[in-house]
Amino acid sequence: MEWEVVIGLEIHAQLATRTKIFSGSATAYGAPPNTQANLVDLGYPGVLPVLNAEAVRMAVKFGLAVGASIAHRSVFARKNYFYPDLPKGYQISQFELPVVSGGTLSIMLEDGSTKTIGITRAHLEEDAGKSLHEGLASATGIDLNRAGTPLLEIVSEPDMRSAKEAVAYMKKMHTLVRYLEICDGNMQEGSFRCDANVSVRPKGQEKFGTRAELKNINSFRFVEKAIHYEVARQIDLIESGGKVVQETRLYDSDKGETRSMRSKEEANDYRYFPDPDLLPLEIEPAFIESVRDTLPELPDAKAARFAADYGLSAYDSGVLASSRELAAFFEEVVAAAGAANAKPAANWIMGDFSASLNRDALDLAAAPVSSAALAGLLHRIADNTISGKMAKDVFEIMWSEGSGADAVIQARGLTQITDTGAIEKAIDECMAANPKQLADYRAGKDKLFGFFVGQVMKATQGKANPAQLNELLKKKLG
Amino acid sequence: MSLTRQDVDKIAHLARLQVTEQEMPVYVKSLSAIVDFVAELARVDTQDIAPMAHPLVGQHQRLRPDEITESDRHEQYQRNAPRVQAALYVVPRVIE
Repeated sequence: MEWEVVIGLEIHAQLATRTKIFSGSATAYGAPPNTQANLVDLGYPGVLPVLNAEAVRMAVKFGLAVGASIAHRSVFARKNYFYPDLPKGYQISQFELPVVSGGTLSIMLEDGSTKTIGITRAHLEEDAGKSLHEGLASATGIDLNRAGTPLLEIVSEPDMRSAKEAVAYMKKMHTLVRYLEICDGNMQEGSFRCDANVSVRPKGQEKFGTRAELKNINSFRFVEKAIHYEVARQIDLIESGGKVVQETRLYDSDKGETRSMRSKEEANDYRYFPDPDLLPLEIEPAFIESVRDTLPELPDAKAARFAADYGLSAYDSGVLASSRELAAFFEEVVAAAGAANAKPAANWIMGDFSASLNRDALDLAAAPVSSAALAGLLHRIADNTISGKMAKDVFEIMWSEGSGADAVIQARGLTQITDTGAIEKAIDECMAANPKQLADYRAGKDKLFGFFVGQVMKATQGKANPAQLNELLKKKLG
Repeated sequence: MSLTRQDVDKIAHLARLQVTEQEMPVYVKSLSAIVDFVAELARVDTQDIAPMAHPLVGQHQRLRPDEITESDRHEQYQRNAPRVQAALYVVPRVIE
């Protein structure tokens, strides 16, 4: 039987506010335990939550960016369950009337085509604290610094049909929230994580299969692995006569498997009801318009502009636009090197430049080669001072020494030889020094052309202009 | 009686309350009485009335500027905790 995979994602993005969603405690990551948890966060009796205006603004910004509708009136509800990292015994969330509903996000598939994924809703809620198990014998330690940190839970439609699509969607969403500056996107710190709803159905069947919810996946790699594992598990189960049960499963990244979380399964009756401590949230059209004015150029629009203005491929444009910083760097290089150098600029940034960043585990901001320096290198390639091959060596030196292209070229005497007479002289000498190879070549051994290219390059320390060398060599060898 | 013993069992479990054998009939009866009392509302025709999330009609949530107003007072708060270690609140082991 052929199976179809159906996936929907719930992404939790921690909003980049200074303070918590309902209290004036700081949200800075990594503070000593419980130093950022006050009476509201701890769920003391008699306290009153007051909503953070910035969290609302960020939710509206997100809604506008995905073309969703922003609720004029939305309501906060209590989601009731017991867990030690949730001091109140309920999480303040939104249920029936979320702040954002509808909207879409388009992803690029491997074949280069695009697919639109529906967004069901996005709502505001508070994060829970953290449970720590290490260093405590038969006990659990609770750090409530994270309790009350604002989250935007973004729920997709079950529109994805493979783990790859799910990863593409998650990556695109990650790009978007960072563009919007509403989430720092730091997955290691848990600022951006997701739950995946996964089911399978026989190909062609309309009705969805029973789904399992995979909890708390905090890397792109894990989301793909967790879904692969879960799909195989469900198919095996059904094909051997069993049935998938609707349940919450935890992805264990050490073992690479998902397993049932029985403790939460029976508590899946959350008894939502409107939180009496919080009045309905009203958002005025004028406020929505003021937020709309602050929207940056979004990734898709930027990629389309790169393709149109600079003649880049859809793939290249997409890669460059995938991070606001990278896109800005590209535009700085193009501004300095000229639009005619846009394509080489894109190639260098995605090639040697990105590879060097990765190799040295550096952020773009810490790159030893600035946009102006890279533009300088592109100028020297364009005006034939150095060949593309020499440029790679120059770039390496620029990277390790933090110097400009001209300084490197001058200091090492790397100027390319474009003087026809000088190249011809080197060719003549090589031909004279290798009579046997010359005879063989003229007798039909075409492969020896490469040998002569190598010899001349060696004689000129790699400085001969490759295009000129090829042309002249062809003429001379006859 | 609108609630059964099983209903009360489930409610008690969700609220993490232990109800003894002796108490059970009392809860079945008294909780049923509460539910029946509120069920009177079901007789009112609410066809064209939008559900209210709050009794304070016409009022809406006040927003707070995103400014830090709280300082670290965990030592004071933790005096109320049954068990604390290395500034963590300590609870019985949670196994997942």
